[in-house]
Amino acid sequence: MSLSQADVLAGIKEIVEEVAGIPAASIELDKNFTDDLEVDSLSMVEVVVECENRFGVKIPDEKVTDLITVGDAVNFIVEASK
Amino acid sequence: MSQRRVVVTGLGATTPLGGDVDTTWKAILAGHSGVRLLTEEWRELLPVHFAARVATEPSEQMERVEMRRLDRSEQFALIASREAWKDAGSPDDIDKERLGVVIASGIGGVITLLDQFNILNEKGARSVSPHTVPMLMPNGPAANVGLELQAKAGVHTPVSACASGAEAIGYALEMIRTNRADIIVAGGVEAAIHQLPMAGFAAMKALSTRNDDPARASRPYDANRDGFVLGEGGGVLVLEEYEHAKARGAKIYCEISGQGLTSDGYHIAAPDPDGSGVQRAIKFALANAGLSAKDIFHLNAHATSTPAGDVAEANALRKALGADADHVAVSATKSMTGHLLGGAGAIESVFIVKALQDRLAPPTINIDNLDPAVTVDVVRDKPRALPTGDIAALNDSFGFGGHNVVLVFNTI
Repeated sequence: MSLSQADVLAGIKEIVEEVAGIPAASIELDKNFTDDLEVDSLSMVEVVVECENRFGVKIPDEKVTDLITVGDAVNFIVEASK
Repeated sequence: MSQRRVVVTGLGATTPLGGDVDTTWKAILAGHSGVRLLTEEWRELLPVHFAARVATEPSEQMERVEMRRLDRSEQFALIASREAWKDAGSPDDIDKERLGVVIASGIGGVITLLDQFNILNEKGARSVSPHTVPMLMPNGPAANVGLELQAKAGVHTPVSACASGAEAIGYALEMIRTNRADIIVAGGVEAAIHQLPMAGFAAMKALSTRNDDPARASRPYDANRDGFVLGEGGGVLVLEEYEHAKARGAKIYCEISGQGLTSDGYHIAAPDPDGSGVQRAIKFALANAGLSAKDIFHLNAHATSTPAGDVAEANALRKALGADADHVAVSATKSMTGHLLGGAGAIESVFIVKALQDRLAPPTINIDNLDPAVTVDVVRDKPRALPTGDIAALNDSFGFGGHNVVLVFNTI
């Protein structure tokens, strides 16, 4: 089942708020996980695993370093769900 | 150059009697017990159904997101350290290369270790938290406090079971004396109320099984004591070089003037009935402090409420101090807090500092019949006034493995 960009963004907002305490309202597609949202490398691992569990996709470790912005993650997950 | 002197300028604690020092100390003086029946179902797996949980859950004192990255022991360390640092006047402008942290834990992040092992078995390796290792490492409490305060003179974690907290404070004393630092945040914490460590202590027959009367189960020196009661929490002291404290106009509680450390070489868990290791530690501590037995008026004893340990310690005190033991008011505050393992020596040091400040030795509760083998002067039921003038007090802490640590505090 393919996922919509809006659904994935909404899910990532919840996950990042839960893991890193960033208010969902401040999480947008162009935000950088490290520089804008202060999600450190350990918390990013949590975000990735939570995304995998929630969206039913696999995010290989070698792809994680490419997920610089929230938009990168949303696009990857939407594509992977097709 | 004369030896650098070290004073206490801040106190913090979270204990089974309160989420801070003042609440805890009032409850101690009132003789309250922090021991309760556990509410978890797993208690039925064990012969012991009670423990002394902290009175204030960390969730009432810190943010959710911060908590999820910290083991419970690390939460206690940060809560107590924040209180102690604030109490010391938040000396944030100190040169961070002159600021250190020494916070001990007896067991480390054992609850994290066991919880994550369950997650591994149930959900697989990918679900194991990336925070697992920083949460379970025994130096985690010290490291997190050091990180928060940006301490750069050294962050350390001595581990010696139930002597760990006292050893940490002694280590901090030495760091300041040897001019490695001007301020050290020092103490000990423990968070081990979980079925596995409790089952382990129960298997050693170390825990009281007085399930029908938990609040009266921890009874050091009572003839019918049957083991210790596991507690959790922690205590932290800000130790500071005397001239440094005076120069910044800090509130000075008292001086920490000496420590004595020995080991028994006798048994992995049982105290040496001869008590020679404890006697030597007391003598070394007095010599290290430049004091003598006549100066000691209060002891916060290790006294965990085990049949063998309490008497061995009392005998050692009597032998080490001789007739001067007669003017030592002996308090066993574990009768109220339970035994905080690596946090014990730290909260008991906090109690000594408060006792010297208020000139009040705290009570020992639950002694229905004093064990006739106890030959020291135990403060029972109500606080007892300590004399005016210059007085000193001792903190005994002993750990499985035969570790003996004695600290000396005095009025200034």
